[in-house]
Amino acid sequence: MVPFAGYSMPVQYKDGILTEHLWTRENAGLFDVSHMGQCFVHSDTWEKTARALETLVPADILNLKPGQQRYSQLLAEDGGILDDLMITRSAYEGHEGWAYLVVNAGCKDADYAHIATRLPAGVSLRIEADLALIALQGPKAVEVLAGIVPAIRTVPFMTYHYAEVDGVHLHISRSGYTGEDGVEISIPAKAVEAFCTRLLGDARVKPIGLGARDSLRLEAGLCLYGHDIDTTTSPIEADLNWSIQKRRREEGGFPGAARIQRELKDGPSRLRVGILPEGRQPAREGTEVFVDGWKIGIITSGGFGPSQNGPVAMGYVETAFAKVDTPVTLVVRGKELPAKIVAMPFIPHRYFR
Amino acid sequence: MTTYYTKDHEYLRLEGDTATVGITDYAQAQLGDVVFVELPGVGQKFKQGAEAAVVESVKAASDVYAPVSGEIVAINTGLPDSPALINEDPEGKGWFMKIKLADKGELAGLMDEAAYKALIGD
Repeated sequence: MVPFAGYSMPVQYKDGILTEHLWTRENAGLFDVSHMGQCFVHSDTWEKTARALETLVPADILNLKPGQQRYSQLLAEDGGILDDLMITRSAYEGHEGWAYLVVNAGCKDADYAHIATRLPAGVSLRIEADLALIALQGPKAVEVLAGIVPAIRTVPFMTYHYAEVDGVHLHISRSGYTGEDGVEISIPAKAVEAFCTRLLGDARVKPIGLGARDSLRLEAGLCLYGHDIDTTTSPIEADLNWSIQKRRREEGGFPGAARIQRELKDGPSRLRVGILPEGRQPAREGTEVFVDGWKIGIITSGGFGPSQNGPVAMGYVETAFAKVDTPVTLVVRGKELPAKIVAMPFIPHRYFR
Repeated sequence: MTTYYTKDHEYLRLEGDTATVGITDYAQAQLGDVVFVELPGVGQKFKQGAEAAVVESVKAASDVYAPVSGEIVAINTGLPDSPALINEDPEGKGWFMKIKLADKGELAGLMDEAAYKALIGD
């Protein structure tokens, strides 16, 4: 167990990170992510709620369909990233004006304060402190859940589904942070232990700790807040352009829009890229990246990829050196280690679309 | 044959004036799955406490220090290709290197098995 964002969290269960990681890629891994922040932003109409959120994030919220989910970032005035988050439009009758947000544990108090002070009259923030959040990830995850909630089979990636099981309300989204198919389930805290016990009763399911959660998302090329993105990085530098839809790029109207539009037009000065070290030695966070003796970047996440069966890393390099196959040199523990820039993800995504 | 231990969780198994060195079972359990190991070259000489090898798990990197001063007379050449041996059999097939001791007097500063077990609370 280790301290993590004010919570005591398991780095691994008894099988260890390597086995847990590979199990998730082959079967189904159960993650307790209840430390993450869950909240609602709501008003009497979707347009009012969406317009309010669009003053905080660069994604197109207005055109989300009921039940649709999008990844975005809370931005600072200078375009730096305060946090990354998931935003879902409610599909509930009577809750047409509601958006469900999931934010990072380490940022949630600051996020809530940031959001609450910027919402216009008539739009409110509701923080959910009594909801647990679990993720069931892997190629067998949906089949496992379908034993309890059959309708989940046909729910596409980044879409939400509501179910009631034994009187317990489950808010399920077909999403996750491993690169695998799977779901995240929001469930009242008092019901979560029994539900997890039920899932773990299935031989295809094992509990997975923070260690494998990190190696899975790294192989999937996904950012970890506080490491790969923070207040010093813009979404364009972080190569998250795909998360800013066309209308928002053109219209702006979000914090840091001038910088982001300029970076979209002229290119950012640095870019988040995949970095593949040669050989077996992992290059970890903080490792400096060189070309011809010049420091051109730094690794922000790096380690051993169990599915890659070798070291994997991501980090920022000057844009001139960001092209795939560019040879670079890493300095690991005082020794030079050859590496190259590669496209991410390291392990192909297997989402259900 | 006597086995000595260091506070950095290395073992040293003495045979004559040569010692087989590796990390303890406790150390491998703390590290977790080992994925990379770098060994010194045969003929290299180390002072006691100098960095002699590197071992990295999925979680973290750590140094392996020379538990005594001396010269490397053999290394476990198969280990870099099978670092998992360190987890599976740390005090057997997962050995790192053999050191020819420069000064047997240094052994007096190491722990015996009972003292090491007390250190790790076993």
